[in-house]
Amino acid sequence: MATTLFDKIWDAHVVQAIENGPQVIYIDKHFIHEVTTPQAFAGLDKRGIKVCRPKQTIATADHNVPTKDQNLPIKEKLSRHQVDTLIENCKNHGVELYGLGHPFQGIVHVIGPELGITQPGITIVCGDSHTSTHGAFGAIAFGIGTSEVEQVLATQCILQTKPKKMRITVDGVLGKGVTSKDIILYIISKISTSGGTGYFVEYAGSAIQSLSMEARMTICNMSIEMGARGGIIAPDETTFAYLKGREFSPTDFDAVVEKWKTLKTDEEAIFDKEYTFDAADIEPMITYGTNPAMGIKISDTVPANDDAGLEKALQYMDFQKGQSLKGKEIDYVFLGSCTNSRMEDFRQFCSLVKGKQKAPNVTVWVVPGSKQVEQQAIAEGLDIILKEAGMELREPGCSACLGMNEDKIPAGKYCVSTSNRNFEGRQGQGARTLLASPLMAAAAAITGKITDVRELM
Amino acid sequence: MEKFTTIQTTAVPLNMEDVDTDQIIPARFLKATTREGFGDNLFRDWRYNNDNSLKEDFVLNNSVYSGKILVVGKNFGCGSSREHAAWAIHYYGFKVVVSSFFADIFKNNALNNGLLPVVVSPEFSQKLFSEIEKNPQTEIKVDLEKQEIEILTTQEKESFDINPYKKTCMINGYDDIDFLLSLKDKVEEFELSH
Repeated sequence: MATTLFDKIWDAHVVQAIENGPQVIYIDKHFIHEVTTPQAFAGLDKRGIKVCRPKQTIATADHNVPTKDQNLPIKEKLSRHQVDTLIENCKNHGVELYGLGHPFQGIVHVIGPELGITQPGITIVCGDSHTSTHGAFGAIAFGIGTSEVEQVLATQCILQTKPKKMRITVDGVLGKGVTSKDIILYIISKISTSGGTGYFVEYAGSAIQSLSMEARMTICNMSIEMGARGGIIAPDETTFAYLKGREFSPTDFDAVVEKWKTLKTDEEAIFDKEYTFDAADIEPMITYGTNPAMGIKISDTVPANDDAGLEKALQYMDFQKGQSLKGKEIDYVFLGSCTNSRMEDFRQFCSLVKGKQKAPNVTVWVVPGSKQVEQQAIAEGLDIILKEAGMELREPGCSACLGMNEDKIPAGKYCVSTSNRNFEGRQGQGARTLLASPLMAAAAAITGKITDVRELM
Repeated sequence: MEKFTTIQTTAVPLNMEDVDTDQIIPARFLKATTREGFGDNLFRDWRYNNDNSLKEDFVLNNSVYSGKILVVGKNFGCGSSREHAAWAIHYYGFKVVVSSFFADIFKNNALNNGLLPVVVSPEFSQKLFSEIEKNPQTEIKVDLEKQEIEILTTQEKESFDINPYKKTCMINGYDDIDFLLSLKDKVEEFELSH
């Protein structure tokens, strides 16, 4: 029978199916961080059991860490306690920790791929909804809650009901200034914030195939923003080239690649739902509201339909129905998060910023996704470009994506952000988030206003 | 996990769609290392002003509404996978959340914590909102054994779906780890051929 890529990987990981119930799925790699694990480790300790497969468990500290002076102790007491608890738990259970000060430290969804831990055909979970990022490599990867983290720590398995399958095909050639971030913001604006709920999404089509691995990660990363459990892209030569020679890539690489080449959806396979989009219809995108589906092409205006949710969102954002966002003054620009904090994002951002100055009304935070990204950015002289533009390269972490660490956007301020969520208060109490690509963020940083990046290219 | 069989109580209506987990429990309150205490910060920024005074117009602060059932709009619990959202609702005192549509991860998290997510039709959801808003003393009965929800004042009923395995877990207070640990040999066997 013709099957999808998702079916092939899922079915190869079923340890046991429960009649009328969920399936027991084997997990190959389990990423953990400080925020969603303390209660899970406490659960293990209470049962008197150890982590089942510590070598398949990879830990880092990212959500709570400051992005300045990481060599000093974390100032905030509760954050420090949570990070210290992770250190203690990893030590007690024999789990490798890439914590602060380690050359591999970084955002969990940045370090997995860059270290070559994320590989085609495997199953990955993490107590973080953006675990969907790793699907860019042809892996099944999804976010889980803390009780499920405890399940996986205890047994290397998880109970899950098999999701339905959706395919989103984007064909054609992307226009000037249009990036993978714009593709995914466009898709979410069409499908809605709940349109993917209950599904696992495969992204396909010539526009997707043309993307680099880093760009593919941005797309899979935001699958959860339409409610999907995860996103997946069939591995190809781009995937294999990316993985070659990385820290934890297979040593018998060529032999493994032959196996990876079989990981694709059969031509006759049937999806429960399909969408097709034309790349030529996508423009640089920006969000105007308080969920990621509230996005528009930069040349469009804020919708004017009669909707209580829209009205609540516009009141929070202080925008009007029918308004164009172009020219709207902003206060902050944030380049970072598991969505857009990789080298390609930095290179794109700096390509526009080079030789220019940030607008005086804007504070710009540039936060690498990992220590390795930070080092590479410095090696390429991007820190100098940023400095000359009046911007600062900070140290790796989740930073202003989620208003949990020191980097918070003040109430009422507008932030053009390359992160993934524009929920009320997401970047700090009362903060107003406008999601956009690294290129659009660079344009806003230079002009101090929401700007169509194509006008600067 | 606490056992759940039936409940009969008044309900609190939160008639909003797409309520994300950042609203249910903002990230700045995720720094605890235990499961307790999150109830105090449930819907923190909708419940309290910056000076910690109550926002009178938010439904949780409206004393006419009370009870152990939270009735919410479509796509409840979208966004972050934080289980703290389910903990916050549970520790605030709710035993059941009713919606016409839940986000996937939230639903799993609720089930793993003895908080029963009941999925009803959009029509029944509307009936619930209008009956509760019309008469806040309206009692709702949720019977997990029968998989049935009833508005007692009008005797309108609807049956709801729940995975039979999860139903057994809820009724008996079992959690998944006990079950998974019992499969140890099977997992080791799987690993040999994987």
